[in-house]
Amino acid sequence: MALSETTTSPNEDTKVWIERVPAPYWIVGVILLIIPSFASDFVMFQIFGWTFILGMIATSLMFLGGYGGMVSLAQMTFAGVAGYMVAIFGESAIDTISLGWPWYIAIPLALIIAMLFATAIGWLAVRTEGIYTIMITLAIAAAFFYFTRQNYDIFNGFQGFNSVLPPPLFGVDWRGPEAFYYLTLFWAAATYFAVLYLSRAPFGLALQGVRDNPRRMAALGYNVTAHRVAAYAFSAIPAGVGGILLTWQSAQISPGTVGIQPAIDILIIAVVGGLSHPVGAFIGAFLYVVLKTFAVDFLIAIGLSGDRFQLLIGLGFLLVVAFSEDGLLGLWKKLRDSRKRDPLTGEVRE
Amino acid sequence: MRDFIERHSIWSAIIALVALVLLYLIFAIWPEWLIDAIGRKKVFLNALFNGITLGGLYFLVASGFTLIFGLMRNVNMAHGGLYLLGGYIGFFVADATGSWLLAFPVAFLVAGFLGVILQLTVFRRMEGQDLRQTLVTIGISIVLADLMLWGVGGDFYNINPPSWLSGPMETGLVTSQRVRSSGEVVTSYLKYPMVRIVIFLASVAIGLAMWLVLNKTRVGMLIRAGVDDRDMLSATGARIQLVFVGVFFFGAGLAGLAGVVGATFQSAAPGEDTRFLLASLVVVIVGGMGSIPGAALGALLIGLAEQFGSVYFPTYAVVLTFLIMVAVLAFRPQGLMGR
Repeated sequence: MALSETTTSPNEDTKVWIERVPAPYWIVGVILLIIPSFASDFVMFQIFGWTFILGMIATSLMFLGGYGGMVSLAQMTFAGVAGYMVAIFGESAIDTISLGWPWYIAIPLALIIAMLFATAIGWLAVRTEGIYTIMITLAIAAAFFYFTRQNYDIFNGFQGFNSVLPPPLFGVDWRGPEAFYYLTLFWAAATYFAVLYLSRAPFGLALQGVRDNPRRMAALGYNVTAHRVAAYAFSAIPAGVGGILLTWQSAQISPGTVGIQPAIDILIIAVVGGLSHPVGAFIGAFLYVVLKTFAVDFLIAIGLSGDRFQLLIGLGFLLVVAFSEDGLLGLWKKLRDSRKRDPLTGEVRE
Repeated sequence: MRDFIERHSIWSAIIALVALVLLYLIFAIWPEWLIDAIGRKKVFLNALFNGITLGGLYFLVASGFTLIFGLMRNVNMAHGGLYLLGGYIGFFVADATGSWLLAFPVAFLVAGFLGVILQLTVFRRMEGQDLRQTLVTIGISIVLADLMLWGVGGDFYNINPPSWLSGPMETGLVTSQRVRSSGEVVTSYLKYPMVRIVIFLASVAIGLAMWLVLNKTRVGMLIRAGVDDRDMLSATGARIQLVFVGVFFFGAGLAGLAGVVGATFQSAAPGEDTRFLLASLVVVIVGGMGSIPGAALGALLIGLAEQFGSVYFPTYAVVLTFLIMVAVLAFRPQGLMGR
């Protein structure tokens, strides 16, 4: 694992890589690895599995929005494309459409198609900037949703595909709670470190430069459009992996999976967590999943009907956005800065 | 006009050709081969009229959206919520008072005031932070949608137009001519719902009025100056915040007004808010952000595309709308009428 990428200060270069891993990584890593030893199947499969999946899709948005400055609502659509492709090329209960190809062809093919799709969408979306991007990607997400709902030849219309199961590789049932937990954990960690690595690689740095000052980057000889389109293409990989895992988790994919509501949910997750660091996406996803799972009980406890879940989500989102520029990560940073502040001069101490 | 013809002679020729073909299709009695090729004339004319009147409705929603965007660079994602709210308010006012006409001013005022509150509490506090404003309005639209679902439930509400507007209207357009065996010629004419035509004319009138106000009055001058250079306008001493509030009131009010129209045309129900938000997004992307004529053109195009799409290739109606958007973005990213 590329844990050594997590350090920045040069004077630590002499240490062995394992010593350079900051303490929080050890704690979180160990906790995540031993959770299956005491957590129930429901917690592992539904709460953590779902958190990691949504976190991956939200990370792809965080990558585009945080490093590229392009807030896209089409990430759930990229995930949906990959999920649909796995159902179409692989096996499902709809055997008139599903081709039943083996997983080692179906999965890479699904990811490649999701990536090509994202490249095309990215090429369109980067012709616009800022808020226009949100509008166009929202329109694209909606178009894809309606298309899958109306097309019966390829996407099987309203019903979509069911019984889309992970391949029984190494004789493991990957939908078993523990196996699925580790599967999603692995891919979530891979996504996290890949995005973190990329943000410090030349491509990521150039992308951040494009975000901050596209004109200057163009003057320096960087192809601004190419960097942005490439960012869209890359973002389709974590989104696509997340989409495939999501399809396996619920064993089905249908237009409801790629609807407008899920697309906005991904935006909410990423923004509430914070767009400045990939960890924000996972924090946001965890909060969202916990809220979605237990909100009904909470709402009933305070005397409202369980249907008011959207109200709770919307209000929470409003509060976080209204009071922080960068979600929960922004609040955390504010808190840390205020504690570091010198009480006399008000300046931040290092 | 002459300028346009001189600069884009090929485009002018294409537009003129399309107009001629359209005129022929509308007024001629269709020969057999044409009916064989694309179906009966009645279907075509109905799709055309539905498309144009739907375009009128889209224009009402999108013009408020584009006006707000053009002046303040605010993307008001709660615009669809205001539209649906207008529809519900219109229904309950019309239901309680029995007056369809009264529904319009009430919906306009309520939606407008909500817009003013939005402007004062959200947009003014976060001026210049486009992304945050957009996110906050997304949050507001979610909350608004759920509050409305809570308040009125998931039923479909349909406003009945008054008796003098209901029923069909003779348009005088020939749909078909048949020769009976007895030798007498039977000509049938197209009948079209009166209320749709009246509402379409009303939206044209509103559009024209907006254009006149924007181009011929002092307030319009202020607004246009604000669109071009907000900072310079406020430096000259114009009270720009007042203009902002006024435009927001009017734009949001138009959404409420359109809600009543929409509830009369179709119905008010959960989900319509997203639908019309998306429609206005596509309309302003196609027409050009901040341009009222652009909104009119975009609304007409999208309305026609949707109706013709659903008649002639039902499975891919949405894709047609999407393709128009893609084509515009690819060749003219600023929109057809954008600058």
